[in-house]
Amino acid sequence: MLRYILARLITFVPTFVGVTLISFAFIRVLPGDPIIVMAGERGMTQERYDELVQRFGFDQPLYLQFWDYLTGVVQGDLGRSFITNRPVWDEFFTLFPATLELSICAIIFATLIGLPAGVIAAVYRGKFFDRALMSTALVGYSMPIFWWALLLIIVFSGNLGWTPVSGRMSLMYFFDDVTGFMLIDSLLSGQAGAFTSAVQHLILPTIVLGTIPLAVIARQTRSAMLEVLSEDYIRTARAKGLRPARVNGLHALRNAMIPVVTVIGLSVGTLLAGAILTETIFSWPGIGKWMVDSIFRRDYPVVQGGLLLIALMVMIVNLTVDLLYGLINPKIRKR
Amino acid sequence: MADASSQIARTVPTRRPGRLSEFWRYFRENRGAVMGLYVFAVFAFVAVFADLIAPYDPTAQFRQHVLQPPFWQAGGSWQFPLGTDPLGRDMLSRLIHGARFSFFVGIVVVVVAATGGVIMGLLAGFAPKWLDTLIMRLMDIILAFPTLLLALVLVAILGPSLINAMIAIALVLQPHYVRLTRASVINERTKDYVTSAKVAGAGLPRLMFVTVLPNCLAPIIVQAALSFSTAILDAAALGFLGMGAQPPTPEWGTMLAEAREFILRAWWVVTFPGLAILVTVLAINLMGDGLRDALDPKLKRS
Repeated sequence: MLRYILARLITFVPTFVGVTLISFAFIRVLPGDPIIVMAGERGMTQERYDELVQRFGFDQPLYLQFWDYLTGVVQGDLGRSFITNRPVWDEFFTLFPATLELSICAIIFATLIGLPAGVIAAVYRGKFFDRALMSTALVGYSMPIFWWALLLIIVFSGNLGWTPVSGRMSLMYFFDDVTGFMLIDSLLSGQAGAFTSAVQHLILPTIVLGTIPLAVIARQTRSAMLEVLSEDYIRTARAKGLRPARVNGLHALRNAMIPVVTVIGLSVGTLLAGAILTETIFSWPGIGKWMVDSIFRRDYPVVQGGLLLIALMVMIVNLTVDLLYGLINPKIRKR
Repeated sequence: MADASSQIARTVPTRRPGRLSEFWRYFRENRGAVMGLYVFAVFAFVAVFADLIAPYDPTAQFRQHVLQPPFWQAGGSWQFPLGTDPLGRDMLSRLIHGARFSFFVGIVVVVVAATGGVIMGLLAGFAPKWLDTLIMRLMDIILAFPTLLLALVLVAILGPSLINAMIAIALVLQPHYVRLTRASVINERTKDYVTSAKVAGAGLPRLMFVTVLPNCLAPIIVQAALSFSTAILDAAALGFLGMGAQPPTPEWGTMLAEAREFILRAWWVVTFPGLAILVTVLAINLMGDGLRDALDPKLKRS
C-alpha cells in the first residue's frame, strides 16, 4: 500500500509542474502583450511601460520567469489582480466558499435522488419504472444546463415567483462572514428570515448544477447494482429467505457503492465546469463567475492563478479518490 | 478427386453474416438507439440542405414582425411558424441554419480529436517507456483542467470565434482518445496475431495502423459518438458565454445568449434553441449507447 501511495504521489509532481507551466504559458508565450492590455484604451507612457515590464519581470528570459512563477506558486504567491490589485490567492479564497457551498448542495441533491433512482431501476430491470427512470437520466445527461437554468427561471422565478433570480442573499439582511457558507452564517446571525432567503437563493442553482451529476450517478448506480445482483452471494442471500429489501439494500447496495463513490468523487471537474455556467447565469459570486469576469476583463494574473488553483483542486481530489480506491480495492494497487 | 472438391464447394455457402449486418442486428435491438439514429439522420439532412429548407435568410430582419409568437399562439401566423426573435428574424430559419453549425462543430472536433488522439495513443502504446510516460503525463495535465474552463481560456487567448472554439474543444477532448487507444493497444500487443505479423516482417507503421488499429476501433467509435455530443454542448456553452460563434451567426448557443434578456417576455426565443440542442445531443447519446452495446458486448451496461 505504501508503495502504491508513493507511486501515485510521484506522478503528482510532474503533473503539478506541467499544470503550472500551462497556466504560465497561456499568458506569457501566446501573442498579446498583457501590459498594453492592462493600460486599456488610455495607453501609457514609455517610462511607465518600462517600469511595469521590469516590475512583472517580463524583461527576463522565459525560463527564469517560469522559475520565479513556480517558486511563487509553491509559496502561495500567485501575483495580484490587474483590476483590484488584491493578491489572486486572497480573492480566490474569499470567493471559494460560495462555490463550495453550491457544489456541496448540488452533489447532495444529485446523490439523494440519483442513488435511489439507480437502485430502483436496477431492481425493476426492464420494467416500466426502469425505462422511465433511465430515459429521464439520459435526458438529464444530455441537458445543456445553461438552457435548463433559463427554463427554471422562466417557470419558478417568472411565472410562479417562488425563487429569486440571482445572488446568494436578499439585500434586506446583512451579517458578518463567519464561515463563508450562507446557510450557516444566516443561522448564526439569528435574523429571522435570513436562512429562508439563503435557501431560496440556493434552490435553482443547486438543481441546475446537480442535474448532470444526478444523471451520471443514477446510471452508474444502476449498472453497478445489476452487476452485483447477478453474483452468487446475492442468490445465497435470497435462498436463505431474506427479505428482498434487505438483500437489495444491504447486501447489494453496499458492494455496488464502490464505483458509485468513485464517480461522485471524480465529478469534481464536472461540477467546476458546470459552476462556470451556473454561477454566470445566477450571478452567484463564486470562482466560476470570477473566472468568466476576469477573462472578459483580460485580468491575466487572475485567469492564470484561477486556472492553476482549479486544476490543482481537481488533481488533489482525483488523487484522494485514487488512494481511497486503492485502500478499498487491493486489485487496483498492482497496476 | 473431382467429387471431393465439389463436396467442399457445397459446404462453403453457409458463411457467417457479414460484419456490418451482424452489427445492424445488434444495433436494431435497441429501440432507443434506432430512434436516435433517425433523429440524427434528420439533423444531418437539415444541416446539409439548410439553404434549401429554410424559408428565409437567417439574418434577414422583418422589422414589422419583431418578437412575433409561434403560429399556435394569439398573434402568431404561419408566415413565421416558430415566431421571430427581437430583431424580427425568423426563428425556424435560424434554427435550421444552426443545425449546420452544430453539425460542422461535431464533425470537425471529432475528426481532429480522434485523429490526433489515436495517433498519439498508438505511439504511446508502441513507444519505449520514456515516450509513453511523457505522452501520458501530458494527457494527465490536460485532463486536470475542467474541459469547459480550459476551452474558455484558450478561446479567450486565441480570440472568440467558432473556429477557435472548435480547436479548443478538440484539444480538450483528445486525451480520452489517447487513453482509450493506448489501453487497447497494450491489450492487443501481446496477442499471437501481432507476434506473427512481427515475425512475418511487418514494420512498425504497418503493425500500428494495419495490424493492431482495426482491432482497437470499437471503443474509439463509441467515444467518437459521445464526443460528438460533448462537442455540440461545449460549443453551445462557449457561444452562450460569448466566446464561441459571434452574433449574428445563428449558432444555437449564441442565439440563447442573445435571447437571454427576453426570457420573461418571449418564451419562444429561449425555448427553441435549447430544445434543438437537447434533442440533438440526446439523439446522439442514444445512438452512442446503442453503438456501445452492439460493437462491444464487454462494455454492455445491462
